[in-house]
Amino acid sequence: MSHHIIQAQGLHFVYPDGTPGLKGVAFRITHGESVALVGANGAGKSTLLLHLNGCLLPTQGSLRVGDLPVTAKTRAAIRRTVGMVFQDSDDQLFMPTVFEDVAFGPMNLGLGPEHTEPLVRQALERVEAWHLKDRPPYRLSVGEKRRVAIASVLAMSPDILVMDEPSSGLDPRSRRELIELLKTFEHTKIIATHDLDLALQSCPRTMILNAGTIQADGPSAAIFSQDDVLLQSRLEKPLLLRACPRCGAKPQF
Amino acid sequence: MSSPGLFIVKAGYLDVLAQKDSVIHRLDPRVKLLTTLLFIVTVVSFDKYHLSALLPFGVFPIVLIVLGGLPAGYILNRVLWIWPFAILIGIFNPLLDRQVLLHLGSLDISGGWVSFISIQVRFFLTVSAAFVLVAATGFNTLCLAFNKLGVPSIFVIQLLFLYRYTFVLADEAGRMVRAWQLRTPLRKAMTVNTFTLVLGSLFLRAVARAERIYQAMCCRCFDGTFHPAYRLKWKMADSLFLIACILFLVFFRFMRPVTWLGEFVTGMFS
Repeated sequence: MSHHIIQAQGLHFVYPDGTPGLKGVAFRITHGESVALVGANGAGKSTLLLHLNGCLLPTQGSLRVGDLPVTAKTRAAIRRTVGMVFQDSDDQLFMPTVFEDVAFGPMNLGLGPEHTEPLVRQALERVEAWHLKDRPPYRLSVGEKRRVAIASVLAMSPDILVMDEPSSGLDPRSRRELIELLKTFEHTKIIATHDLDLALQSCPRTMILNAGTIQADGPSAAIFSQDDVLLQSRLEKPLLLRACPRCGAKPQF
Repeated sequence: MSSPGLFIVKAGYLDVLAQKDSVIHRLDPRVKLLTTLLFIVTVVSFDKYHLSALLPFGVFPIVLIVLGGLPAGYILNRVLWIWPFAILIGIFNPLLDRQVLLHLGSLDISGGWVSFISIQVRFFLTVSAAFVLVAATGFNTLCLAFNKLGVPSIFVIQLLFLYRYTFVLADEAGRMVRAWQLRTPLRKAMTVNTFTLVLGSLFLRAVARAERIYQAMCCRCFDGTFHPAYRLKWKMADSLFLIACILFLVFFRFMRPVTWLGEFVTGMFS
């Protein structure tokens, strides 16, 4: 079954003002994989993510999610499969209360309130945010907003989870909790991030995007050990792979 | 926090009040919406020179505030924030309508002043009732009530998002004002040129954010239909409250208890 497979071939995208976003991206992500998408600012990470559920459509080339090509006609079906967590939670949490926000997706799928309530509860409990259900989203901390944003996607039971900079703006404790949370998800995961330590801990595979093309693709630890590749992509080695600056002890990852 | 941001955050306290538990809070939002609308229509239906007949209607918001355990000072403060608009509406009445209508001792009061005061009284009654409605119901539940009473989904969704993103926009405006303040420590107010640039920038930011929000909505299968997450249940108490309010409004609209009281008191001393 090719249900959760994502395959891109020769993917190009050019913004309306002529700025190239993607230049011939090709990859294949299979069921259950966790893939980190890393790269410098403007490398094309967010552009690629927006293609995965049809928010943007390729100018050239093809992208398939499961058995369906991503087109204007198929994107409604694809959005049931691909859940997207946005970089700025304020963009994603638009309903007046947390409960209604998490219920928004399931209700749009045609479920009634009686079927939606258990789904909302399950999703919020999964991210330990059930106690926030009656709060307005704009009154939450950044960490709480991020948890609720993830719950709002989980409530739709997606097969593939796409996250854009999930750790940005989080304090160290919230970031640590997020990493632990991500490890518990069994979905196919694609995480765009600048946080290479998060990528190393949450994703066995990493793709490096540089100026709209994939510069490297492989096991995360191996990719992050290539200093020249990191340098070319304006990235720095994750702290977990560096020797201790005080005692010189070698990394244990 | 900058003053626009602070104002909006204070306005957001209405939603906190809506979480309280009281006789009024437990009523169905539809009944609260209907009675408030009836109240507003009744108050504005009086002739522009009516003043004494309006006074008994003050009972309605006061009773709701007391039964709902709402902070009267906070609600009055919110009403005062927008009072200047009501003053602006009636400010020319005393100049345009100079015909003497009342004599208070040796003081002649023109019809313009009576209608001006009447506008202010109506403003306080209707706006305080509207604030009480939101404080005892919550804006989102109120939108659900609008929807259940037949207002098209598209309007309800617009209203919900308008309310929700007022806070985000105010936050954005607050940040921009703060950035301006930090770089112009010697100025107390923006120049017209700076203000237009800030306003334009805020508009562009708002458009960009609106696009991102729409994308987020589409990602969760939004097709333009409003699907409320709760079901409303009309109870016997709701029917009783509605009937009581209608009787109250009809009585004070068509009877003149204040006139009767005045005549009674005058009769006693004459």
